[in-house]
Amino acid sequence: MSRLSPGIVSPLILLGAVLLYPLVFRSNFAVNLGVLVLFLTVLGQSWNIAGGFAGQLSFGHAVFFGVGAYASSILQLKLGAQPWLGLPAAALAGALVGTLIAALSFHAGLRGSYFALITLAFAEAFRILANAVGFTGGGVGLLVPLKPGFASFQLERIGFYYLIAALAAVSVGVAIWLTRSRFGARLAAIRENEDAARALGIDTFREKVKVMALSGALAGAGGCFYAQYFLYIDPSVAFGVDKSVEMLLVAMIGGAGTVYGPLIGAFLLTLIGESTRELTEAQGLSLILYGALLILIIGFLPNGLIDLLRWRRRRA
Amino acid sequence: MDATILGAAAINGLLLGGSYALVAVGLTLIYGVLHIINFAHGSLLMLAMYGVYFLLTKAHVDPYAALPAMIAAMFAAGYILYRALIGRFSHGRDENILLITLGLSIVLENAALFFFKGDSLNISVAYSDRMIELGPALVPLPKLVSFLASLVLCGALALFIRRTDLGKAIRAVAKERHGARLVGIDVERVFAISYGIGIACLGAAACLLMPSFYVSPTVGHLFVIVAFTIVVLGGMGSFVGALVGALIIGLTESLSGLFLGEALGQIGISAIFILILLFRPTGLFSR
Amino acid sequence: MLEVRGLTKIFGGLRALDGAALEVAEGSIAALIGPNGAGKTTLFAALTGFVVPDSGSVRFLGQDVTGRRPHAICRQGMVRTFQLTQPFARLTVRENIMVGAYLHTAERALAAEHAEAVARRVGMGELLDRTAAGLTVAARKRMELARALATQPRLLLLDEVMAGLNPSEIGELMPLVRAIRDSGVTVFLIEHVMQAVMSLAERVHVLSYGRVIAQGTPREVAADPRVVEAYLGRGAAQRLAGGAHA
Repeated sequence: MSRLSPGIVSPLILLGAVLLYPLVFRSNFAVNLGVLVLFLTVLGQSWNIAGGFAGQLSFGHAVFFGVGAYASSILQLKLGAQPWLGLPAAALAGALVGTLIAALSFHAGLRGSYFALITLAFAEAFRILANAVGFTGGGVGLLVPLKPGFASFQLERIGFYYLIAALAAVSVGVAIWLTRSRFGARLAAIRENEDAARALGIDTFREKVKVMALSGALAGAGGCFYAQYFLYIDPSVAFGVDKSVEMLLVAMIGGAGTVYGPLIGAFLLTLIGESTRELTEAQGLSLILYGALLILIIGFLPNGLIDLLRWRRRRA
Repeated sequence: MDATILGAAAINGLLLGGSYALVAVGLTLIYGVLHIINFAHGSLLMLAMYGVYFLLTKAHVDPYAALPAMIAAMFAAGYILYRALIGRFSHGRDENILLITLGLSIVLENAALFFFKGDSLNISVAYSDRMIELGPALVPLPKLVSFLASLVLCGALALFIRRTDLGKAIRAVAKERHGARLVGIDVERVFAISYGIGIACLGAAACLLMPSFYVSPTVGHLFVIVAFTIVVLGGMGSFVGALVGALIIGLTESLSGLFLGEALGQIGISAIFILILLFRPTGLFSR
Repeated sequence: MLEVRGLTKIFGGLRALDGAALEVAEGSIAALIGPNGAGKTTLFAALTGFVVPDSGSVRFLGQDVTGRRPHAICRQGMVRTFQLTQPFARLTVRENIMVGAYLHTAERALAAEHAEAVARRVGMGELLDRTAAGLTVAARKRMELARALATQPRLLLLDEVMAGLNPSEIGELMPLVRAIRDSGVTVFLIEHVMQAVMSLAERVHVLSYGRVIAQGTPREVAADPRVVEAYLGRGAAQRLAGGAHA
């Protein structure tokens, strides 16, 4: 698949590098950086699956992330459940919300810009609800109490690293599967030309709902991880536009519709984020650069930065 | 529920809607002609509002007096943005324009955050605190002025579109761009001008809003959802729809704040937005 | 195989289809002709579920498929191509055709094999790795045809597949259409290129203002004065009959 195949980097080498990284670079700072990159990869891959592979651009993807973060935290804090249950619960919550939003939106026939708008609206609606409702902690948010230990899903930093690495591997695995499966081929068809896809026997409604559920599950899992790693969530962190934009940027800048695009995007965004933090205390510089990058990429490298890395090009 | 409280909320809501009208009209014009959803609309408004703020605090220009300058400046900004960026980088694809305007809004918002920090800024002019009695409601004078001026400017814009040659060219391109090209209309130029006019509306809106509102880097977010809801509610590309939609949304915001309280009240708008998109995406006054 | 009765579709004030009725026999090549705006593409859209008729019925292989959704009708065995080709632009020719092939298998290797076989049948074997966006009009039409064929249809609806092709390209496509029919696929084509209609079609249906005004063999239809009038206007048939040749 021209736009979708892994390209030049062997997945195994990459996996090895990821696994060895914290053993080589042992400082808290380095491991944390690794966690951030892998975390953004998961989030970016979630957006990528829906937006890049299936062509359904969402401007409110934080809704799945937030739902996962809140689901796992509420389960743990208010219902006293075993913290590790939060991970599958978050994925399930993300999948359910993904199914719901997709079913409603696609049944109404929303496409393109209208779909982007409604995802924005849903994220905003969830943010307002989380802010106003009691059991989510309202505007104050939820604090996951510090209880270090495997059982309470609070690991050493390196433990978290390997956990997020596993999630990232799963997300990349899903992307690779999409490039080789009928489901992925159908999503590509839907992305390129939905009416032609329907004419060729593809139940586009069902496939789009399926992909949003998958994407939601991944983002939900990411949300659970976030809550456990940072130990704090609130409505604007969980459902805010900033998060939605971040998920979109990671995928678009790295290369939407490709397997490793989100990894590249995550890497670059984390790099820029850390560098600007070193340069200046003032907020916002990194995002200025991200926004400019997005514009430049749309203008000059519509396939994302991954195009720069492909020295084996296809004939047009 | 007291009738006077209800009445006051309703009147305030309508006045608020009037302020939103200009913002929405600009957005719907841009959609009607270019068929693009301008995600940068909120942040461009934010930019204009900072402009008004600095014109007052640094150059001592009253916001209302600044109207002509702001309208001209924002028109120029919009025109240049379209020519240099949007028109050129989108390669004609809809999804690209979506992402470019998103990128633009990200850049503008964070540039504001970087340069102006995150504080909310208010302006204070002589008439900021003057109140006028309007039936059961006691409204701040700036809000009333904003409402009236908004309607006047919308009317002027409508006249411009109806009566002038340029307005006709704009309508032609909006209806049938290929046909317009064939009869010799410079479609790219009309696009740039239309985008400019849409942004000029934001310049005017900023002047009218600042006396009774605040500006911060994220104020654009608020207006984006509101503006999009209005435009989708009223029907993309419909002037009248934008006006009526603005009043409805203003009312909704005011009344849902009254009934649901501050925190939950905001959901009224998102809820309407979602419902309209699901059940009548062409809006109330669809073409 | 295909029975259409009283099909009506009104858009706003326009009666795009006005009680259209026709039949297509299994194993035949049938053609749908008519002046521009007669409603031919609307008919195809109504047959394949892209447009839901206001009244009337469509029976395919003995089953009522009126108003069913496009993907369901495709799975039953009726597939259409589009007048303006609708390629999956950023995918290769092989990947395009595989989308059709995936209807009957979930295995990538099998789908690829089938796609390559279909591509060779339509003469696109050389172009399998090309990106669809870079193809010529003629190649895009072939790919659209191949894609539809890959779904293993019983009835293939071709919407102006010859449009935009030069005479030699038309000459190459015609035997292909015949070969498709010979392999067991019924073909129903909308065509303006009369050369193709005359030599390919066994039965021709003429659509005008949303109604079928004549049907029969190509020769019968060509001689029918109502058909002449539909194309050339009222009274044309008489004037022509009064003149030297029609």
